[in-house]
Amino acid sequence: MTMMMFRDALRQALREEMQRDPRVFLLGEDIGRYGGAYAVTKGLLEEFGPQRVIDTPMSEGTIVGAAVGAAMTGGRPVAEIMYVDFLAYAMDQLVNQAAKIHYMFGGQIHVPIVVRTQQGTGRGAGAQHSQSLEAWFVHIPGLKVVAPATPEDAKGLLKSAIRDGNPVVFLEHKGLYAIKGEVPDHEYLIPIGRARVARPGSDITLISYSRTMYLALEAADALAQSGIQAEVIDLRTLKPLDMETIIASVKHTRRAVVIHEASLTAGLGAEIASRLSEALFGRLAAPVRRVAALDIPLPANSHLEKLIVPDTARIVRAAQETLGYTVKETTA
Amino acid sequence: MNHEFACQALRHMVRIRLFEERTLEVLMQGKLASTMCHVSIGQEAVAAGVCMAMQPNDYITSTHRGHGHLIARGGDLGRMMAELMGKATGYCKGRGGSMHITDVALGHLGANGIVGGHIGIAVGAALWSKLSGNQAVTVCMFGDGAVTEGVFHEALNMAAVYQLPAVFVCENNQYAMSLPWTKATPPVSFKTRADAYATPGVDVDGQDPLAVYCAAAQAIAHARAGGGPTLIGAHTYRFLGHSRGDPSAYRDPEEERQWRARDPIALFKARALDEGWLTPDDMQTIEAEAQRSLDEAVRFAEESPAAPDEVAFEDVYFPTAHS
Repeated sequence: MTMMMFRDALRQALREEMQRDPRVFLLGEDIGRYGGAYAVTKGLLEEFGPQRVIDTPMSEGTIVGAAVGAAMTGGRPVAEIMYVDFLAYAMDQLVNQAAKIHYMFGGQIHVPIVVRTQQGTGRGAGAQHSQSLEAWFVHIPGLKVVAPATPEDAKGLLKSAIRDGNPVVFLEHKGLYAIKGEVPDHEYLIPIGRARVARPGSDITLISYSRTMYLALEAADALAQSGIQAEVIDLRTLKPLDMETIIASVKHTRRAVVIHEASLTAGLGAEIASRLSEALFGRLAAPVRRVAALDIPLPANSHLEKLIVPDTARIVRAAQETLGYTVKETTA
Repeated sequence: MNHEFACQALRHMVRIRLFEERTLEVLMQGKLASTMCHVSIGQEAVAAGVCMAMQPNDYITSTHRGHGHLIARGGDLGRMMAELMGKATGYCKGRGGSMHITDVALGHLGANGIVGGHIGIAVGAALWSKLSGNQAVTVCMFGDGAVTEGVFHEALNMAAVYQLPAVFVCENNQYAMSLPWTKATPPVSFKTRADAYATPGVDVDGQDPLAVYCAAAQAIAHARAGGGPTLIGAHTYRFLGHSRGDPSAYRDPEEERQWRARDPIALFKARALDEGWLTPDDMQTIEAEAQRSLDEAVRFAEESPAAPDEVAFEDVYFPTAHS
């Protein structure tokens, strides 16, 4: 194992897959000479040349569109969209084209592309550079959506995404690039579609992914002070969702809180809560709680920004309320 | 211009015309599986001229009004009709219908339902040709409506700056649904539009398959030789409405009459006769053959089994084993 930063793990994945498969190439804004806005692709232009690390004009729609066309004719493109917010420009290419082509054309052709993008708060980047938009993509049949939290998972999942035959949206949190973690020295893949238990526990399940997974771990530490053993599930993949792992945990703990940085309404938390209630209605000891961003755009002022998104205290409070929940008869 | 070329041009145009007329017939009989069907009657010379200039390994991207592009590329009329009727033998198993009809084996990367949605895809196919050296040229067909979409600019710009082997063909049928070209965009030629990207541009008579062929052949050769993209404006006319339910009440009947007097098939037949490219017998043979092919296509489609229910649930994801 080697200790490395999240961004270095991503770069290793790109390098290894580019070495392994000559069809793999990168395209995006400022990924070459600049090395990527968040330095993920630093050095790859020098190593692989301008045919495989392509600096594009600012044209998000056609970056993704070109990735789709290249994939349909034999390439294995990895497109970088600097901020997920800019993917709004490319939604036709992603949603109407990439996600539909395999199905719509009767299975004649498929679209193996990866769209790497970066999202989330923590840098006071304001309303147009801080969103978490995973629910948009998760809603679309035909897409896969990945959101790793650790360097090890980032590398293994990116390698899997590049080898996948489908369009994969790969979400990196801007607050995670510099975190460090152990990464295996041998070649490995993390399969798309499998969650992991990040911390075992028996009293309540905290379900999260990406940066808020660390807040869930902190909350679990805080809860442990008062003798509560929280299990933390790191989803890693958001579509397809690993309900097997989630249900196995909640069946046991009978209580769950879903935590994400994306807005509350129609977010992943709503989906997971409703699936849990469908699967475990009689067994749940309390309603599934959601701790999410408020339904408010993100302010640039870092202090104000923090008021919108989940923090550890909110997670602890939601967990305590879930644990203290008693069924009240409603009399109308 | 030789006899063989004229036969081919007329054959393509007649097959497209008859296919679409037959499509409208079966649509009226309630035999189509989808309500979406846009015909290109009046525009056949563009599809014929462009596709005749292409090599077998070239790529084409097509539009919601794309039957002609697939037919002129060598598409199987039976499988096309079957697709429109939602049959299991259709090109897309009945899941695509008219608007998404595709034969990838012919280098056809799909008829697209989003106006302009495939222009970026064409850039990608051309980009991969440049990166892989596969020698293919990608021809991107689109309508005048796509010219006013943002992606048109992005795509032309990217293809030009990377000098990609792509040819962009605007089939300007004068109407984006109901909006006339003259009200959608300032009066700027395609040559001038191409100048903005420092790449060749040309405006051609879209009612003349020979003119379209010449422009396309030159553009394709230029692209294959590494000279970058060309923008072709093929000026034509949509003889019928946008779709079945559209009587084109927004059009001036006099304008329609003038354009109908320039029916590409009638014009080409008159000229071919005049120039001695074809005899009346040749024309009769071509038309009779096309009629027969269409009869067979409709019979094949009607006799084919309906798409089984399972088809609705398959192919959402491409199976991948990578762990």
